[in-house]
Amino acid sequence: MPDPAPRRSVVGQALGVGVATGAYGISFGAISTASGLSVLQTCLLSLLVFTGATQFAFVGVVAAGGNPLTGAAAATLLGSRNLFYGLSVAPLLRVRGLRRLAAAHLVIDESTAVAVAQDDPVEARRGFWWTGLSVFVLWNLMTLAGAVAGTRIGDPRTYGLDAAVGAAFLGLLWPRLSSPGARVVALVGAAAATGVLPLVPAGVPIIVGGAVAVLFGLALPRRTA
Amino acid sequence: MSAVWTGLVLLVVACYAVKLAGLSVPDRVLEHPATRRVSDLIPVALLGALVATQVLAGDDGAVVVDARLAGLAVAAVLLALRVPFLPMVALAAFTAALLRLLT
Repeated sequence: MPDPAPRRSVVGQALGVGVATGAYGISFGAISTASGLSVLQTCLLSLLVFTGATQFAFVGVVAAGGNPLTGAAAATLLGSRNLFYGLSVAPLLRVRGLRRLAAAHLVIDESTAVAVAQDDPVEARRGFWWTGLSVFVLWNLMTLAGAVAGTRIGDPRTYGLDAAVGAAFLGLLWPRLSSPGARVVALVGAAAATGVLPLVPAGVPIIVGGAVAVLFGLALPRRTA
Repeated sequence: MSAVWTGLVLLVVACYAVKLAGLSVPDRVLEHPATRRVSDLIPVALLGALVATQVLAGDDGAVVVDARLAGLAVAAVLLALRVPFLPMVALAAFTAALLRLLT
């Protein structure tokens, strides 16, 4: 689908995803301090670990009275999907040196989703940086707000922000569904991810779904995919 | 240093190393035809899985059908009507928020 204003469009996508995801920092901040971590520890997790599900897993283990080292190991396993995200965005970003060190910190679900959804490499790079930075800024501000104010601000789900993130991902997927092969690959990815949801830790279904769908796509005749 | 601080530092180092490793794969691997074919499929495959987990995942791995799915349905209709990205996302959120308010 030709877009008359690709630059504005990719920045709009990035900010939309950034606001919807960043707002969840409030939940993280509130849950983390309620789990017994200090405000400083909570904010450092968001600043330096910066990968949502992993942070929730770590404070979850600490809250349950588990060994923080075990918590760190489990949480790292959850963050291992960022390795595959890095592989997906590396050919689009082509970053070296200091820029690669900075880009690595921003490799998360949302920045990868926006980057890989762009057809043009320039737009993909812009989408990666805008999404990564807008999520980073908001996620950290909201973490601080949640850590200080606790649960008084309320649950982001009240405002439908969890549905907003799903809608944003669908919006990124939509323009790529023009061929029957692509539609089948997307459905296989969704079905496989849903199928393994009860079986594996959070975050892993995305990788399983993605991998199954890619293998399925490779098996399709070249012209339909 | 308390155990929480030790765990925190280890987590910071490990998570960053994982992210950096993915970005540091050599060009000759990235430019291989098989890598290119796979990377053509990744966006659709990954986004399909992301939509499903974002909308259906509940606590502790349960598959949950709730207001998120209604929001997604509204999003799909709006996308089919070529409504732009940001209003589409806002209306999906509004749908889910309204449903939760009413139920």
